[in-house]
Amino acid sequence: MSAPHKPLPGWADVALIPLINVAAAFIISGLVVLAIGENPIEAVKLLVGGALGNLEGIGFTLYYATSFIFTGLAVALCFHAGLFNIGVDGQAYIAGLGAALVGLYLPLPGYSQAIVAILAAALFGAAFAAIPGYLQAKRDSHIVITTIMFNYIASALMGYLLVNVLRRPRQMNPETQTFPHGGTIPQLHELLKPFGVEWPVTPLNLSFFLSLIAAFVVWLLIWRTRLGYEIRAVGVNPTAAVYGGVSPARITIVSTLLSGALAGGLAVNVILGEEHRLVLEFTAGFGFVGIAVALMGRAHPVGIVLAAILFGVLYQGGAELAFDKPKISRDMIVVIQGLVVLFAGALEHMFRRPVAALLARRVSQPPI
Amino acid sequence: MTDNRGAAPPAIELIGVDKSFGPVHANKNVNLRVERGVIHGIVGENGAGKSTLMSILYGFYEADAGEIRVNGEVVRIRSSREAISHGIGMVHQHFMLVPPLSVLENVMLGAEGGPLLARGAAAVRARLAHLAKEYALEVDPDAIVGDLSVGLQQRVEILKALVRGAEILVLDEPTAVLTPSEADQLFEMLRVLKSQNKTIVFITHKLREIMSLTDRVSVMRRGEMVGTFETAATSPPELADAMVGRKVILKIDKGPAHPGAVVLEARALSVQDDRGVTRLSDVSFTLRAGEILGIAGVAGNGQSELLEALSGIRPLSAGEIWLNGAVLPAWAREPKAMRRHGVGHVPEDRHRVGLIMPFEACESGMLGFHDEKVYGAGVLFDRAAIVADEAAKMEAYDIRPRAPLLRTANFSGGNQQKIVLAREIERNPAVILVGQPTRGVDIGAIEFIHKRIVAMRDAGKAVLLVSVELDEIFALADRIVVLCGGRVTGERRPEETNARDLGLLMAGVAERAA
Repeated sequence: MSAPHKPLPGWADVALIPLINVAAAFIISGLVVLAIGENPIEAVKLLVGGALGNLEGIGFTLYYATSFIFTGLAVALCFHAGLFNIGVDGQAYIAGLGAALVGLYLPLPGYSQAIVAILAAALFGAAFAAIPGYLQAKRDSHIVITTIMFNYIASALMGYLLVNVLRRPRQMNPETQTFPHGGTIPQLHELLKPFGVEWPVTPLNLSFFLSLIAAFVVWLLIWRTRLGYEIRAVGVNPTAAVYGGVSPARITIVSTLLSGALAGGLAVNVILGEEHRLVLEFTAGFGFVGIAVALMGRAHPVGIVLAAILFGVLYQGGAELAFDKPKISRDMIVVIQGLVVLFAGALEHMFRRPVAALLARRVSQPPI
Repeated sequence: MTDNRGAAPPAIELIGVDKSFGPVHANKNVNLRVERGVIHGIVGENGAGKSTLMSILYGFYEADAGEIRVNGEVVRIRSSREAISHGIGMVHQHFMLVPPLSVLENVMLGAEGGPLLARGAAAVRARLAHLAKEYALEVDPDAIVGDLSVGLQQRVEILKALVRGAEILVLDEPTAVLTPSEADQLFEMLRVLKSQNKTIVFITHKLREIMSLTDRVSVMRRGEMVGTFETAATSPPELADAMVGRKVILKIDKGPAHPGAVVLEARALSVQDDRGVTRLSDVSFTLRAGEILGIAGVAGNGQSELLEALSGIRPLSAGEIWLNGAVLPAWAREPKAMRRHGVGHVPEDRHRVGLIMPFEACESGMLGFHDEKVYGAGVLFDRAAIVADEAAKMEAYDIRPRAPLLRTANFSGGNQQKIVLAREIERNPAVILVGQPTRGVDIGAIEFIHKRIVAMRDAGKAVLLVSVELDEIFALADRIVVLCGGRVTGERRPEETNARDLGLLMAGVAERAA
């Protein structure tokens, strides 16, 4: 006997439920703001104004969104294979090492410098993800546990390298020198200047467009290719996948490789697009934000882009808010993020039943 | 319909019970009256609404409308706890037992009687001893449940209900997992319980069991209660008519087989399951072109492992598979390679194995063949080709609704099975392995599927049919091999055997060496 449940119309499943979940997260955040003695309406005004009110705000918002699109896609790709990759942060961190090694030690002509650096980031991210992937596929070591631990390995390794090996000579900060051979990704204000367009100086760079392309490619991969078909089959029903001649072990490894490569996008955006050198803890936990983004975007690239922009607004607007209202610290953003994970992830089905009941009353469905 | 004018109120009375799951109307205004101290059968095809009705009685679901009366009193049952407090106990088809715990521990689970076990355990132990004497339900209380036979595990389930004070026992398809002799023991047990004035509701779709066990029988069809009969005053054909609403055609038109060359040969196959338990040992048989070889046996006697081994899903621990006169090396015994060799496979469990329920029908309809060029020559799929391919199959196999983009899960059981059949048959395989092709499938689809299988045979294909329904084996097979405990216990021609003879083989009464 299959567990019966009321079916939800497609539009409600894709749009309404995520909206309700996010709204619930924001309402509770509003209560928290109220509890610390600030006006939530005013806070929202400041937050949105700071993120979208002017070109500079928009530039920063989209810069953050770029990172979140990449990490959200990385998490979502593994979701489709039934895997929970919590190690995106560590993979992105190691990817930064790949980009930096090319930037520091491999002089190449013209644009090829940047392209090779991007490829190196993807390669390093994939390679670092491959180890937990292999352990999951062949040794049954749970990928949630291994990827969490690999974040610490990445952190320790990079700390060691930045302090002892790669640090710029004759200075104390654990960071490398600025990449001597160029090969960085152009920022929007530089690009627009020749055309006479004045865009304020923001870290927004071409990686943003790269992330949109990545979102489209992931969509193609998942829904329009054989590999994506096999990934989804393994994710939903590994038994049927085996029956269909698909090897779950192979899919597990391939998915984590691709996920690690996508995680490299975070390093591309931050290291090649903004910092132009390798710095300690540059990932700033954005790999973990990717989990919230993927959950909220329901693992669909369109949803991920939208969720990433929302989180971009939160990060940029939150910084402005913290500046104007010292009582509301940036930790508020972490609270909202946690609530989004709670409602969009852990409690995803909480509103499902009441909404379905409500809709069933309103919309009389034609029998299938 | 009969009407009993007894003075005592009925044990259970359901009045106007109605239940829908979204667009599926599982129970339509159902009325049921079960008298105290009788064995009351409920029959109906799979999906007729029997299990839903019993789940409502047991508090798994709440009815959308209607009333439940227990011993004449209107009650509201919202959980199994409330059900048991009204004296209703349920024995599920899939046992709700914890295998590593002892019988005693399983029985007292959820009724431990306080934080310290000793007192509760002593009380339950005494209760078990009492029940063993009163109802002849003997089980060693200290035995580990995982070590017990399926029949004894079921007995533990019944004891669990009785210890909790059940006066009304509901058994959902209790014989599905039993050997014939275990089923006989169960029936004996139920008769003893009845003699002690317990009320038993027995759900099944096997008419034989209804006739031999029950006092009265209610028939359900498509969510409706179509009638209640005194068992002594009815007959299997009458019940079958009530169940399906029209004459069942079990015998299909089938000419004599014209077997050709041996296509597939199993030589001394042995197979272990995931836990390393040997499920198939030393199984040999041949399969010729143009014949249907039926594999009979009680479910769980190695048939599933045989299908998995022959289709390459499960590795052999010993033995050889020969195809067209050549032995298959180990690397060629995996699903993709077997398909390329022309071995089609309609798996026993379409939900878990044969289809991917959240996928669109057209995506499920290419599972295993998704590598083929027809679905896209380059990197990307050719969506139009995929949809057109499924649309054509839906037309040819009368799959309803004709919606290649609808999720697989939204099709009925019979139509899902046709999606699998269409996929496997349309590739024109030389050998086709068919497992339980009509399980949970409505009668119209059964006829269609049987005709297709015979048509495959007549087209010169080699068909291996695994079924636990003897009627199906007799209707289709040209030759029958019986499995019991993972071994071949006999081979028969359908015209030279009968249900009793096969029943003995299925129960493991091995053939004398010829």
